[in-house]
Amino acid sequence: MIEQKRMSTTSLEALFQRYKTAGWWILAPRAEGDITTFGEVDSPGDVAAGLIQTTLSPKSAVLPIWEELFRFRRGESGIEVVEAAESSVPTIIFGLRPCDARAFAALDAVFTWDSQDEPYLARRNKVAFVSIACNQADDYCFCTSTGGGPGDTAGSDLLLTGVGDEYLVEVVTERGVELAGIAGELFGPAEGMDKAAHLASVPVRFDLDRLRQVLPKTFDREELWIDQSLRCLGCGACAYVCPTCVCFDIQDEATRHGGARVRCWDSCGFSLFTLHTSGHNPREVQSHRWRQRVMHKFAYMPERLQVLGCVGCGRCSRACPVDMNLAEHLAVIAESGE
Amino acid sequence: MSENIYRPYLMRIAHIVDEAPGIKTFRLTFQDEEAGARFRFKAGQFGLYSVFGQGESTFCIASSPTRSGYLECTFRTMGRVTTALADCDVGDIIGFRGPYGNTFPIETWEGKSILFIAGGIALPPLRCVIWNVLDLRERFKDVSIIYGARSVADLVYKHELEEWHARGDVRVITTVDPGGETPDWSGEIGFVPTVVEQIAPSSADTVALVCGPPIMIKFTLPVLEKLRFAKNMTYTTLENRMKCGIGKCGRCNVGKVFVCKDGPVFTLEELEELPEEY
Repeated sequence: MIEQKRMSTTSLEALFQRYKTAGWWILAPRAEGDITTFGEVDSPGDVAAGLIQTTLSPKSAVLPIWEELFRFRRGESGIEVVEAAESSVPTIIFGLRPCDARAFAALDAVFTWDSQDEPYLARRNKVAFVSIACNQADDYCFCTSTGGGPGDTAGSDLLLTGVGDEYLVEVVTERGVELAGIAGELFGPAEGMDKAAHLASVPVRFDLDRLRQVLPKTFDREELWIDQSLRCLGCGACAYVCPTCVCFDIQDEATRHGGARVRCWDSCGFSLFTLHTSGHNPREVQSHRWRQRVMHKFAYMPERLQVLGCVGCGRCSRACPVDMNLAEHLAVIAESGE
Repeated sequence: MSENIYRPYLMRIAHIVDEAPGIKTFRLTFQDEEAGARFRFKAGQFGLYSVFGQGESTFCIASSPTRSGYLECTFRTMGRVTTALADCDVGDIIGFRGPYGNTFPIETWEGKSILFIAGGIALPPLRCVIWNVLDLRERFKDVSIIYGARSVADLVYKHELEEWHARGDVRVITTVDPGGETPDWSGEIGFVPTVVEQIAPSSADTVALVCGPPIMIKFTLPVLEKLRFAKNMTYTTLENRMKCGIGKCGRCNVGKVFVCKDGPVFTLEELEELPEEY
């Protein structure tokens, strides 16, 4: 049973200060040039207001766009490997949307699949989520088609829903209890508050069950995938804004004295992604790469990891320079028959 | 705090063999002897080999798990990492992480005959199994090796081919593509599928392992089918580009099957279920 509390919106300032005093670092939506992303904030006044969704997802808090896996030095006695310095601090991600909060389950599934990815988990174990339910949506949002919703609590530790000049606060997890406890006097009883009327309406854009049924049988339907991907540039923007895309590259960056083995984001949309040294490429055309993107998220991950690789945040479609709309494409596949 | 799975073992290059033009074999010993003593792997598994500052590259473990204390790998100089590896000398330190992937179920083959078919640089993944089987020779019936390369110079493991031949308990047939022979070449001349068809090895109670370039596999598998080799007793290994080797980086999958976790060893029966994405 999720405990409910109420908090005045004017108490946010005090809440932030309490968290900072308790040693938490706060990341929240911020404007950076033309885009919005999650950055460090000191007070609620720093948080970008009125956003439906940030341009970039909060994924980088646990999977940075670039990180050192370890460092190495070339010394008199040969090669010396040193672990990268522990850099993560306890972090609250504030003001993320329910779709983004759900996305971490997909990342967790990949990074704990049999082997535990220590560089990821070191950050992940120190992150807490204080989400804000959506009171507005746009034509790109499709959380309700992927099992989520504008007021969904899954993945959040605390979920705040704006109700007039107050928040309805839902305490979802053990960590949420801890976060509410840090500032207990800011919260009151939530009797009489109802969040339903204050949530955005997000229409269901495709039938997920039908899609899951049809998709695995479409692998060899070349014409479908060519039709879907004809205008895809292979730019990878969809992957870079996606909260669940995990695919990465590993490279060395070094001088002759030493350096680091680094992990950085990659994308299945790039032609180099699967290119063999011999010149052979198992996914040699863009339609195969688009097929991989759709299949990975909606067929392979559900089957292999029991989690959908998409939360319907709509970022990929907002960011696409040639206006490919994932929800529309999925609807076409779901309705394309078997 | 658990171990960083991306941190490689430091390996000392103990020995280098120039196998063929552009192809070398390294024998690697663990710098940390305790780690080396704890290290276990099985035939068919692979690892990521790295030159610090240049990056990682994926290849099989070419030595047999029956030979402990070292690992061997055989590679062709092709890209940045293999070029850097080829520049290494005996005594240099490189990285290795693994073993990853599934294995050949050798323990289920006892009492059966084993047929190895390989082409070019694809003998290394089978060499691991060959030595494993030969080190337990009494547990198997007939053992045959059919190996081909473009030319005599391109054959890898030349000394071992002679050693296997000289044992007397292994049938070794080597072949080179037409035009690749030398005046004193005493082996076969012809492409691997043709040679297999001519020799027509018995499929009775026989496990077949086929590794080679895609074109060789494509034409060899129908020959084996004609010779009535069972699809669930015919094995090959797949290679796809990898970065992590442990099912996370997202690039080696063939449909829903991850070569790094579900492979690299597949039976022909399993292979036929896979979409064409390798």
